[in-house]
Amino acid sequence: MSNQDDTRQNPLERLLGPTAPEVGCDECFDRLDEFVELELADFDADAAVPGLRAHLEGCPACREEHDSLLALVAGG
Amino acid sequence: MGTAAVYPRVRMGETLPRSSEAWVAALRAEGAEREQALSDLYALLLRAARFELRRRRAALSHVRGEELEDIATQAADDALLAILAKLDQYRGASRFTTWAYKFALLEAGVKLRRRGWQGREVVLEPDAWSAFADRGASAQQTLERDELLRALAAAMDGVLTPHQRTVFVALALSQVPIDVLAERLQTTRGALYKTLHDARRKLRRELVAAGYLEDQPAKAGEDKR
Ligand SMILES: [Zn+2]
Repeated sequence: MSNQDDTRQNPLERLLGPTAPEVGCDECFDRLDEFVELELADFDADAAVPGLRAHLEGCPACREEHDSLLALVAGG
Repeated sequence: MGTAAVYPRVRMGETLPRSSEAWVAALRAEGAEREQALSDLYALLLRAARFELRRRRAALSHVRGEELEDIATQAADDALLAILAKLDQYRGASRFTTWAYKFALLEAGVKLRRRGWQGREVVLEPDAWSAFADRGASAQQTLERDELLRALAAAMDGVLTPHQRTVFVALALSQVPIDVLAERLQTTRGALYKTLHDARRKLRRELVAAGYLEDQPAKAGEDKR
């Protein structure tokens, strides 16, 4: 699921988004700071905030914000 | 007597190490303590906004540096207002600075995505199936892709409402940034994503039933919605 191989994958999959249950954009934003800190501390962020990772797969804007926050906090 | 001796000023961009509790207390305080906290917070937010700007610089090479700096400043301004309005919602689930950063990254991200699409037409009809562009595909792959495209088009005609269709075409097929579409349709990111999610579920169900997609049960431990 997280290892998307676009050359092998049915191209419809990319358009149709994640199959796992996912949170929406508002809940994603609400929990993003907590999620990122858990990731950086090597805790199980996916268990603590179910559905957020799936949302990042389906929502490019939230994914960009997640990646930026992760990079910013990791960089001190 | 001036306050300089009691409240040493810090240079812009340099913040005093504060605990999360101290941040919240200082922002709720009055007078010089609050002023200092606001100034420090603003410096953090501007730093985060500029960080986002640097990450997107390549995609915004046609935008002047001064304009980008203005966007970073506006993002920090808007993030500061949002944080002060939502201070009561900070529950300490992360460090205060991490919580604050996300507001600046959101504001900067939204503004930069919109700036990147300024002047570009948002295609709301599926004449641009750009997501399917596949360089170097074999004739067999192209045939298969065309068949999938026809199946998708049929499913869209069969199960989507006009609004779901518009949103799916723009976000999934034309890859319009969600904040750009939200602005043009005068709605919110959350509402648009909900529509996209509903459209995707309907299409997936239809395409699985027609045999174009495998049924993927939810992973163990996850509920199917
Ligand atoms: Zn989202």
